[in-house]
Amino acid sequence: MAAHTPAPAAPRARGRRLGSTVAGLLVLGVMLFPLYWMLNTALQPEAGLLQVGPVPTGLDLSGFSKALADQGGNLLTSLVVSLGAVAVCLAVSAPAAYGLARFGLRGTRAIVFGTLITQMVPGIVIANALYTSYVDLGLVNSHFGLMLADASLGIPFSIVLMRAFMVSIPGEVVEAAQIDGAGPVRTFVRVVLPMSRNALITSGLFAFLFSWSDFMFALTLNTTDDVKPITLGIYQYIGAHVGDWGAVMAASVLSAVPAAILLVLAQKYIAAGITGGSVK
Amino acid sequence: MTTATDTAAASAKTPEETAAPDPARLRRRRRLAQWGFVAPAVVFMLLFFGYPLVRNVVMSFQHYTPKTFFTGEAPFNGTDNWSAVLQDALFGKALWHTLVFTAGSLLGQFCIGLALAVFFSRRFPLNGVLRSLILLPWLVPMVVSGIVWRRILDQDTGVLNTFLGALGLSGDTPWLTSPDMALLSVILVNIWIGIPFNMVILYGGLQEIPGELYEAASLDGASAWRAFRSVTLPMLKPVITVVLVLGFMSTVKILDLILALTDGGPADATQTLGTLTYQNSFVQLDFGAGAVVGNVLILISAAFAVFYLRANRTDGK
Repeated sequence: MAAHTPAPAAPRARGRRLGSTVAGLLVLGVMLFPLYWMLNTALQPEAGLLQVGPVPTGLDLSGFSKALADQGGNLLTSLVVSLGAVAVCLAVSAPAAYGLARFGLRGTRAIVFGTLITQMVPGIVIANALYTSYVDLGLVNSHFGLMLADASLGIPFSIVLMRAFMVSIPGEVVEAAQIDGAGPVRTFVRVVLPMSRNALITSGLFAFLFSWSDFMFALTLNTTDDVKPITLGIYQYIGAHVGDWGAVMAASVLSAVPAAILLVLAQKYIAAGITGGSVK
Repeated sequence: MTTATDTAAASAKTPEETAAPDPARLRRRRRLAQWGFVAPAVVFMLLFFGYPLVRNVVMSFQHYTPKTFFTGEAPFNGTDNWSAVLQDALFGKALWHTLVFTAGSLLGQFCIGLALAVFFSRRFPLNGVLRSLILLPWLVPMVVSGIVWRRILDQDTGVLNTFLGALGLSGDTPWLTSPDMALLSVILVNIWIGIPFNMVILYGGLQEIPGELYEAASLDGASAWRAFRSVTLPMLKPVITVVLVLGFMSTVKILDLILALTDGGPADATQTLGTLTYQNSFVQLDFGAGAVVGNVLILISAAFAVFYLRANRTDGK
């Protein structure tokens, strides 16, 4: 790594390294400033439409309690829909990734190519057509309908990522299971899935984040207040509560919590997902 | 779908029947079972990606009105939608905004992302922690980022103007409320969102470049800038292509961010093909017109996809 940096030549090199750390902290500060400001505004709900102080003067959680009262149900909706989308996504894409990695079926190349190509279909185009079909099928304003649509956000990504991993599972391992009398389903469940644990976790995390962040399907596939994920809730909130930025920002903070938790707890999976899903 | 899975379960017994006399039939059964793994995903993707593509083309020749969803009637009207949309001045504007937005966003994201990737290739304390924390803006839902920025960019009480005012610069810039500024502001916010993604992928690419190349370059007396141009950029080219193409695909169809920041306003100054599709279909309930704009969006993406595949092929992959 970074072999072009000369070997540490004593105190001067150390000074330069610390200088880099300071510069890195500055960069991070600039990049994270908007998120800090979100938290800061959320903690000063009384500021309303006035200017907000650079640091909160006290711990005023009334913005959060208002946001929870107004948006708590929407957070729950987001959670339920996202977990459902993850389940659908993994159930559909894990077997497919294995099949495309191992079976050498005719058409494998075309399917993999098609999977990659789906990433260029604009979501709003999908929503346009999906809405009319959802009306016919009675799936508008339903948790299940939104769950399926959100699952579609993660499926191509998961197939690409898991397939890349499963290709690298040594053939002997799979064959050994087959000699022991296991059929394809049992081999997949007992041998392949446990070995692919990391790829599964990464795919699941990203499917969750895609679904949790989804705004477009939430906006277009729901016409009533029955199913309202947090993204849609916050969007409509600024229309109705434009004077109450404290509560709006508190709701925003709550909606960013899963991303922050996952980034801290599952850092290595996130990094693996970003590179693995794009540079196959 | 169900039948295929059933066969998969049934054929789990096949190895016990290895003595079965007809190997051709056995092989066919095994093939069927294997298709059972792949079929659900294929069906799902056909329904959620293939079908909408086809349906949008059909819809663009149909007359949708608010009544359509009660009566179920959307009669074909030839090329009426196409001529109406393409002759509307707003379409030309939206197309132009989309191109400016995409080009501006990609340029900013890529240049800053590359600079940060090079910066983080140095070794210094806390490097890994800082590099992963910088991902946070990219992971927060885009609408939420948009709304936070809407507050920051507020002309009278936003912190950016307060800060600029304190520095003695113009402290009342109408970032989002002036038709001349709004598109630029939206681009700047999108650059902020895209930097982490560009940085992570480019950083990964930089780590793959063998260090000996830099040693050779410095033995030849090459300056740091020269080494960057003659070693880093050419070696990074495949990764650069991937980053730019993926960036293009996700930027050209932008919707969330613009709705959260400006709703396409003021005076349509930030209307793009994505927001125009949304407006036509889900605000005016003219799904035919929405489909026309959506199809144009797809054509642009497809043209770029072809370009991408060409580029990949010439790289000899």
